[in-house]
This record gives sequence, structure tokens and C-alpha cells, in this order.
Amino acid sequence: MIRKYTISIFTENFIGLLNRITIIFTRRHINIESLTVSESEVKGVHRYTFVVKSEEEKVKKLVKQIEKLVDVLKAFYYTNEETVFQEIALYKVSTAGLKEGRNFERLIREHHARMLTVEAEFVVIEKTGHKEETQELLRQLQPFGVLEFARSGRVAVTKPMKRLSSYLKEMEEDQLQLT
Amino acid sequence: MQTLTKPVGLELEQAQMMTGAEAVIQSLLAEGVDTVFGYPGGAIMPVYDALYDYQHFLNHVLVRHEQGGIHAAQGYARVSGKVGVCFATSGPGATNLITGLADAMIDSNPLVCITGQVASHLLGTDAFQETDVVGVSMPVTKWNCQVTKAEDIPAAIAKAFFIARSGRPGPVLIDITKDAQFGKLAFHYEPCQLVRSYVPKVKLDLEQVQRAAELINNAKKPFLLVGQGVIISQAERELLQLVEKAGIPFAWTLMGLSAVPTDHELGMGMLGMHGNYAPNVKTNECDILIAVGMRFDDRVTGDVSKYAKQAKVIHIEIDPAEIDKNIKADVPVVADAKEALQALVEMVHPNDHSAWVNEFHEKRAIEVEKVITQDLFPQKEGLTMGEVIRRVSDHLNGDGILVTDVGQHQMVASRYFQFKKSRSNVTSGGLGTMGFALPAALGAKLGSPDREVVAVIGDGGFQMTLQELATIFQTQAAVKIIILNNNFLGMVRQWQQLFFEKRYSFTEMTNPDFIKISEAYGIPATKVTLREDLDKGVEALLSSDGPFLLEVVVEKEDNVFPMVPSGASVSDIRLE
Ligand SMILES: Cc1ncc(C[n+]2csc(CCOP(=O)(O)OP(=O)(O)O)c2C)c(N)n1
Ligand SMILES: [Mg+2]
Repeated sequence: MIRKYTISIFTENFIGLLNRITIIFTRRHINIESLTVSESEVKGVHRYTFVVKSEEEKVKKLVKQIEKLVDVLKAFYYTNEETVFQEIALYKVSTAGLKEGRNFERLIREHHARMLTVEAEFVVIEKTGHKEETQELLRQLQPFGVLEFARSGRVAVTKPMKRLSSYLKEMEEDQLQLT
Repeated sequence: MQTLTKPVGLELEQAQMMTGAEAVIQSLLAEGVDTVFGYPGGAIMPVYDALYDYQHFLNHVLVRHEQGGIHAAQGYARVSGKVGVCFATSGPGATNLITGLADAMIDSNPLVCITGQVASHLLGTDAFQETDVVGVSMPVTKWNCQVTKAEDIPAAIAKAFFIARSGRPGPVLIDITKDAQFGKLAFHYEPCQLVRSYVPKVKLDLEQVQRAAELINNAKKPFLLVGQGVIISQAERELLQLVEKAGIPFAWTLMGLSAVPTDHELGMGMLGMHGNYAPNVKTNECDILIAVGMRFDDRVTGDVSKYAKQAKVIHIEIDPAEIDKNIKADVPVVADAKEALQALVEMVHPNDHSAWVNEFHEKRAIEVEKVITQDLFPQKEGLTMGEVIRRVSDHLNGDGILVTDVGQHQMVASRYFQFKKSRSNVTSGGLGTMGFALPAALGAKLGSPDREVVAVIGDGGFQMTLQELATIFQTQAAVKIIILNNNFLGMVRQWQQLFFEKRYSFTEMTNPDFIKISEAYGIPATKVTLREDLDKGVEALLSSDGPFLLEVVVEKEDNVFPMVPSGASVSDIRLE
């Protein structure tokens, strides 16, 4: 069954590592729907969040290949239900289109969006949510004249309670028996 | 030659000042490297200049093409178990390594390749001989990195060696900019023992081993597959203890060949597309399949949907990514093969499965009658590859190292050559790289100078790297070269015959005079076309003190059988 999966990858912060990771996707013809990179809660450990649409079997194998990379600490995959996730969207709307101001403001409020800046020629709206929600707001803003639209990749935290630091500890134990 | 005495590696006084180039050499010496295969050029000249002072500590072999250099390093690594090392310059020098990196990656050979790179201020400017080597080699290295500062060189090399040889081994590349080679550093070498993000092997899960033992103890028809992992983890003895105690018949993959003596009474031959009849057929009849240190390559499994479906699979493998990749494991044991087998031997009960073993012998008899007799003792006029291999193998009596290229001769040699010692078979298994054998044989000879090294090569593959004859001549490495000349790209021709209605599209070759070529390179050579001259030819080859080339003209259109046609099930293996 094809579903959306969130892949969380914890890595060292080295140049070129993103490339090493993405070639694992391309080689297996798995399209990357979105990608976000940031620091994690552990100092010096980076967190990549990929979203893919694929079958679990394929994703499982993909994640093993990623975790095999020397500079990757840990890699996991999750279904949507196992994560709490958000994306942020920015909409640049022409002020010329805002003649019927009341409707516009109500729309913003109903969507739990907010006005980020107001300039002479345009306003910028910000909305955080799932893709369907930011997409719906885009649809409803179109009549006002959307000049630009940008949506971030997914950021996600997971529901299981095991923490990265305890995974790192387990890795250390495996490494200790080597020396 | 200069005779400078230089303090070496770990014996150096603390933190001696030196150039990055000299630190490269010192680091290699600290790792115990004695042989490097390489080829100089602009971007790696500082390293070569430093090497000039270290010729008495480090044997540098000047190959004639970087591909030859890396294959030689592979041959050296495969027979010695040590890390193979090679040098190349930037741009074309480095890109010439790519085939060898891919080969070493898929066959898990430990290598450290050091490439020169343009000066760091020129990176990204399309400077002369600048190639993004780190980018290009990314998919075909276990790890790689670029060093732009002299002081980072020792740590990078230490990490490279640790990664190359630990866990599932593989090739590592370090790209060093020219300014880093010229730069100064206070040299201090610390071997690497830990990389935080990298777990080369996990702790053995004894519960999984226990589950495996229970399956084996209750099995009626157990069957064990020996992969290269057995050789890499030096588990040859433990493997034999297990199969002998529990009475388990076994077979080997192409890469597992030589891990166990080929004449072992429980040894049933080679698996795979051109392997033996019995082990392929019996794979689909056993009740427990125990795979040790192998990855279920498609040349071994044939159609995976019809592979060992009736059996419970125990997969002992160090690389977790191999578990369930091609074949689902009922009992995965992620572990070093030696550790897993040591534990398993203790837990299995003594057993005897002679009726089951006899079933293999019955199948074997069919193969002997239909295939092996004709291959080894042909009645027809033309020489067969099989009889040549038999002669050579008989002479060596299980003691030689066999290096094979890719094609029909590779499969025939792997089927008929007899082995008594581990680490005696060197071939390009996963990548199937024509041109591998000649340079790999040179490396194997340097890695195991006391043993006879025989390279069996096709007329096609020989012409891909034949320039290494010059390296063999210059080093006087006593490599024994056999060209099995069918004047065809034989393996491709066989497929054309069997699956493309004999449409021989560009597989017939008008070949040069191989004897003249060899002699032009200073290597004595002889050619055999008649059966009555074969013994003499083989004797000349094996009794020569230095390198020697023997060309044997064999039947043009012989086929290698048995054969599992690609996409077919292993039990649909054809005998003719
Ligand atoms: C570099 C490379 N190119 C192409 C092939 C495809 N290939 C596999 S076997 C073979 C024929 C080899 O001919 P030869 O070396 O004469 O050996 P033979 O099969 O005749 O024993 C070819 C072309 C390959 N394996 N490697
Ligand atoms: Mg040929």
C-alpha cells in the first residue's frame, strides 16, 4: 500500500552528507516530497526530515541503507499517525486585490493564519498547518491575487517516547565491545 | 637510489614538523602499510616527492593505468586480509579509479585510495584537472572526504583505515588538495578506534542464535551457504566445526569459494547461475537454509519468488541492510560470522543427515555424466577450458591462488579449480569487471609472495588492462598468466546463441598475437593449440621462476553448463 512516510535521520554535521543521503533515494526511484534540515535537541547532531510516498517494504529498506552511512547516527521512518507534524506557508497577496477587505480578514481568521507584513503594494500572510490546510487557503486566496506562494518542508516530532540520547547510548555500548 | 634513514610512523619523536605530503607517508607507515599501487600527476606530486625519501620503507608499485592500480590493491587486499592502498592524481587519475571503487564496494574489499586535488583556492573554478572526485565517488565508496589542511591529514587517514577494514569492509577515498600536501603540520598519529556515528558490528544476540540452533536441531534437510563473510571474519574453522558436528551439507557462492576445502565430503559445490547442479536444485528442497556472510545476489537466487520458498531461512550477516533485502529471513542473526558460528556450534546437537547428503550425490552423478566428464576429459578434437583448468589445478595440488577475469573462463575456472586454503580465490564477483584479473594477480602476488598465483583470463578481458604486463615485468612479480583464447567474447556469445537465436552481434574478435605482445613486454610466453602440447605448456608456465604467459587456444563455441537462465528458478537449472 502506498502511503506517506516521514523519515527522520540524525547525523553528524558534515559537508556532502545530504548528497550521500539523497542518492540513496534516487537510486531506488523514490521521489522526495519534502525535506527539512535543522539541528536536533542533541548538540552537534543534525536532523533531516524527509517525506516520501511509498510502500512500507521499500521505505524500510531505504532507511536501512541510510543508517548504514558512516556519518549517519540513526534513521527511522513513521506513518503520519506516529508523528506530530506541521508545515509553514507564506502567501504574498497584492493589496490591489483586497478591495473587499472584510471578506479577506475573515478568511485569514477562519484559517488561523496571520498577517505578517503589510506593505504599500502587498501583504504577506503566514499559515502553519498540514499541507491540505495551507493548500486550501491558497485556493481561497487566489481570487485576491496571489503574487507568490512558498511552503516549507515538513517538520515533525514523533510520538514514541524513546529519546535520541538513549539510542546514542546503545550505539556506544555496541562500540565498546569492539575495543 | 638514495638510502636515507627516516624515523617512521609511531616511532617518531612527538609532534615532528613536516609537510602534509610527508605526513601522508608517515600515516601509511604507522598503519603498517608496506605496499602502495599508484600513478603520479600534478596534483599529487608533493606526495610523490615525499615518497622519494621513503623508498626503503614503502614499496610503491608504478602501475600503467590507475584502474590497474586499484585492481592490484584489491588483489593484494583479498589474499592478505590487509587494507589495499593506491595513489592517483586529480581529474583523470581519480576518475580512472571509479571502476575499481565500484568493484571493491560491491565485493567488500578494504581499500584506502588517496587522490591529489587542485589547490583549495581553485576548488569550484574548473581548474586544470579539477574533478569533483568526492561527488563522483560518493555512490561507490563506503566513506570519502576531502582534506584541505595539512594538519587534518593524519586523522583523516586514521579514520579511513578504521572504516575500510572494520564491519563490512569497503573502499574509502581521501582527496587531498595540493596546498594541504605542501602545508606544514606537527605530525602526531593516533590510530582511529571509534567513529561516533558508525557501529561496525552489533553485539551478538544470543536469543537469535538459540532460535537458529533450534531450527537446525529439528531440521531433516538442512543446507548451508558459505559466502565471503566467512573469509573476511576468518570463520573458516568455526564453519567446518558447525557443518561437521551437525552433518550439514553446504555449498559456496563465487565469493565464498576457497573458504573451505573444495574436496570436503560435505561440500556440494558452487551456487548460482553457472554453479553446480545439486546445490541449485536442493536449495528448493531443503527445510532449513543457513546463509552465512552472503547477500543473496540475483546470480545466486535466480527468480526470488521461487527461491527456497519451502525452507526456513537463517541469515547470519554483519550488514543489517542485507537482512530481508532480497530474501526474507525467518531468523536473522546480525553479527560477525565468526562470533555467531562460535556460539552456534555450542548449541547444535551432533547429527547425521546421510540420506539427505546422498540426494546431493545422486544429483552430482548426473552432472558428472552430462557435463563434467565432457569438460574435463573431452573426446572431441578441440581443447576445452575445463581440461586446461584441471591440468593446472592438478599441478598445484590445491595450493595455488586463482585469479580470474570475467566470462566463460571465470565460471569454468571457479567450477573446476581445487582449493585447500582460504583467501585463494580472487575474482570480480558483484561487478563482473573485465580487465580485473591481470592487475589483481599482480597485487595478489605481492600480497602473498610465497604462493603460486595463476591468472586465468579471456582473450577479451586481457585486452582491457594488458598494459599491466609492463608493471609485472618491472616488478618481476612471478604471476602466471593463462589466456583461454576462444577468439570470442565467449560469455556474451553463449547468451546470443541461447537467447538471441545465434545472432552473433559484435562478439567475434580478430585478436593480436598474444605471444608477441607478452615477449615485447619482456615476459616469456608460449602458445598451445593441441592437446598433446598442453602438459608441456602448463609445466613451462608453472616451473618458470618469473612471470610467464601461456595462451591456450580453446574451442570457439563451447558453452558453460549447467546454467540457470536469467529470471528462471534455481531448480530450473539446465544441464545442456
Ligand atoms: C568491462 C566490462 N565490459 C563488458 C562486460 C560484459 N561481458 C561479460 S563477459 C564478456 C565476454 C568476455 O570475453 P572474454 O574475456 O574473451 O572471456 P570468455 O567469456 O570468452 O571466456 C563480456 C563482454 C563486462 N563484464 N565487463
Ligand atoms: Mg574469449
